[in-house]
Amino acid sequence: MSVERGWHSKLCLFRFLLLVLLVGLFLIGATSAQDWIRTGTGLGVQKIRLAVPDFKAANQDPKNADLLKTFNETLWNDLDNAGIFELVSKSFMPTDAPGNPQDVKFDAWASPPPNASMLVFGNLGVTGNNVSVLGWLYDVKNPSSPQVLGKQYTDQATADAVRTIAHKFADEIIFRLGGGIAGIAESKVFFVSARSGSKEIWGMDYDAANQHQVTHQGTISLSPRISPDGSRLTFSSLTKTSWEILMYSMDLNRLVSFPKFGGTNLSPAWSPDGSKLAFSSSRGGDSDIYVGDASGASRSLKQLTDSRGPDVSPVFNPKTGSQIAWVSGRTGLPQIYTMEADGTDVQRLTDQGYAVSPAWSPNGQFLVFSWIRHYGPGAPGAQDIYIMDIASKQWVQLTHDGGRNDFPSWSPDGRHIVFQSSRSGSEQIWTMLADGTNQKQLTNGGSNTQPNWSWK
Amino acid sequence: MALMLDVSYNELRQRRESNSVQHGHEPRVVKQGRAITQGGEKVKHQKLKWVMLIFALGAVIMLGACKKKVAPPPPPPPPPPAAPTATLSANPDTVQKGQATTLTWETSNATDVSIDAIGAVQASGSQQVTPADSTTYRLTAKGPGGTQSATARVTVSQPPPPPPPQPSLSEEQMFAQSVKDIYFDYDKYDIRADQQAALQGDADFLKQHATIRIVIEGHCDERGSTEYNLALGDNRGSAVRNALVQSGVSTDRIKTISYGKEKPFCSDHTEECWQQNRRGHFVYQK
Repeated sequence: MSVERGWHSKLCLFRFLLLVLLVGLFLIGATSAQDWIRTGTGLGVQKIRLAVPDFKAANQDPKNADLLKTFNETLWNDLDNAGIFELVSKSFMPTDAPGNPQDVKFDAWASPPPNASMLVFGNLGVTGNNVSVLGWLYDVKNPSSPQVLGKQYTDQATADAVRTIAHKFADEIIFRLGGGIAGIAESKVFFVSARSGSKEIWGMDYDAANQHQVTHQGTISLSPRISPDGSRLTFSSLTKTSWEILMYSMDLNRLVSFPKFGGTNLSPAWSPDGSKLAFSSSRGGDSDIYVGDASGASRSLKQLTDSRGPDVSPVFNPKTGSQIAWVSGRTGLPQIYTMEADGTDVQRLTDQGYAVSPAWSPNGQFLVFSWIRHYGPGAPGAQDIYIMDIASKQWVQLTHDGGRNDFPSWSPDGRHIVFQSSRSGSEQIWTMLADGTNQKQLTNGGSNTQPNWSWK
Repeated sequence: MALMLDVSYNELRQRRESNSVQHGHEPRVVKQGRAITQGGEKVKHQKLKWVMLIFALGAVIMLGACKKKVAPPPPPPPPPPAAPTATLSANPDTVQKGQATTLTWETSNATDVSIDAIGAVQASGSQQVTPADSTTYRLTAKGPGGTQSATARVTVSQPPPPPPPQPSLSEEQMFAQSVKDIYFDYDKYDIRADQQAALQGDADFLKQHATIRIVIEGHCDERGSTEYNLALGDNRGSAVRNALVQSGVSTDRIKTISYGKEKPFCSDHTEECWQQNRRGHFVYQK
């Protein structure tokens, strides 16, 4: 009897433990799906509640109004885009916004409804041809020693200059409150646009302002990649004879000489020190990954892969410079692989579907890429952006909104990803935070593709 | 046709000269002429005599005006030997330069038959000739009864004007007609079994026209990614080039270029359209 009962109770205990284990596994599985995207950049942690009332006019100059509008919009947009703040809605703010430190009413900002932790305020005034901006960042929960930042900027009284001042001030705030990571408000995005009639390389500010054509090749130019120091832009272009890697000097605003390798040369990528270029070339008869001096010294050219089928879209690990991720069709459909920068230790990262366009996160920990997980005739799978932790090969899908999503590129702060998407009906450039939230369309009209975010 | 009439006219004249209407079918004109004279002899009735005479006279005048060659009433034939006869025709009687025509002839009562430019021939027969210029062939038939000849004219027309530009144009046109693009399976760059015949045809054409140089464009459908498709298009172009080289086409006549999905032939989002876009496209190079 007692033996039977003892056995019965042991069975019950075992069943209970099994249940706990299963529930535990389920919970871990359910939560880890999103929880593990800790990009180490402050994304996904508690966001700082930041109040950003409009800056005030410092004097009566008639030009103040327009410039204030530009400044306030740009600053708000930069801080809203940063991904580390929760901005206090303007309808929750006190009506009398401060223009100077003596006007700040700490209680009104620190308690509900604004309930802000931090307050950004200041003033702008035009004097003659110059504009002067004074800006502060206050910790309103600490009235005894509130000032975190106080900055003064003076420049020409133009909309462009005021936009730049707003970017600089936003980057200061983001740097102070975002764990010491530099902001991206002054970064650029290069991309391919067909709006001139042929596919050319274009550039723009990270927030889509100042869109301008860079190249005028008149053929087809693709895959722009800005150098780490921002001084050179390399891309692939259809010349009279073949696809070649071209080099454009951002300082001279013209093409500079670069060797023609012969065959089809595609998708150049900079090493993080700016000394090397990796690219795809079929100069040997079949497309493979090569690496050579960014100066163009062709003797330095070294072939890294030697497999049948396409090998394309290399990208250096920006943290170490010692690894390259790329796309290979060696087993059929394209998959993402990594190797050492000398071509050894080849690892396959994706296990199925059609995986292309890898981009390495600035901290070297993640790859984002475009993946059609279920691909083939009769299986019209969606093409979405995925993020993969390289060490564990765990991945999470970042886009879910239809269309073809391709060519992701990381922002220098590692918090943002720019990519191309056809979800709006045409190929356009979009951004999102690296956890897939806050997706925004940057370009409109024509076809705009293959965005590449500057390194700083 | 003109030739045939000409021949029958000759025939007619010969018959008049020899007063013979016994050979071949009788020309209609001769028959009518005889009917008229018979009609004149038969009329005995006084009441009708003048009416008939006027009618007959009128008919004679009318026919005489139309056909001056009407044979007079045949006198009794002279005794043998019978005169030879000869006919000669060419079919067709108009040819383009370089083309052949067939001469056909028939003679009778002849012992010695010859055609200028050919020489002695059988009494009747046919032969193909290819005159360089317009030629009048003359058949001469000699026999105990005399000599007879017949002619047939063959008109040689010069070929139509196009010839001068044709050689250079036609090579490119033949290229466009003969050389077939090679189609690929989705995401593949190996030559499909059903494309081997087209590829062999392309190789044969290029070997026959050894001066033609070509560019093979590798194309992909709109699915897939820009950079990967450019590499895939490069593989497709190379696959076609390598197959041609293996079939004996010199490699330095062939260039390849990839267009990936940058220059599609068709822009619908259907499999039919995608198949059109997955190809190695041949371009004639000047």
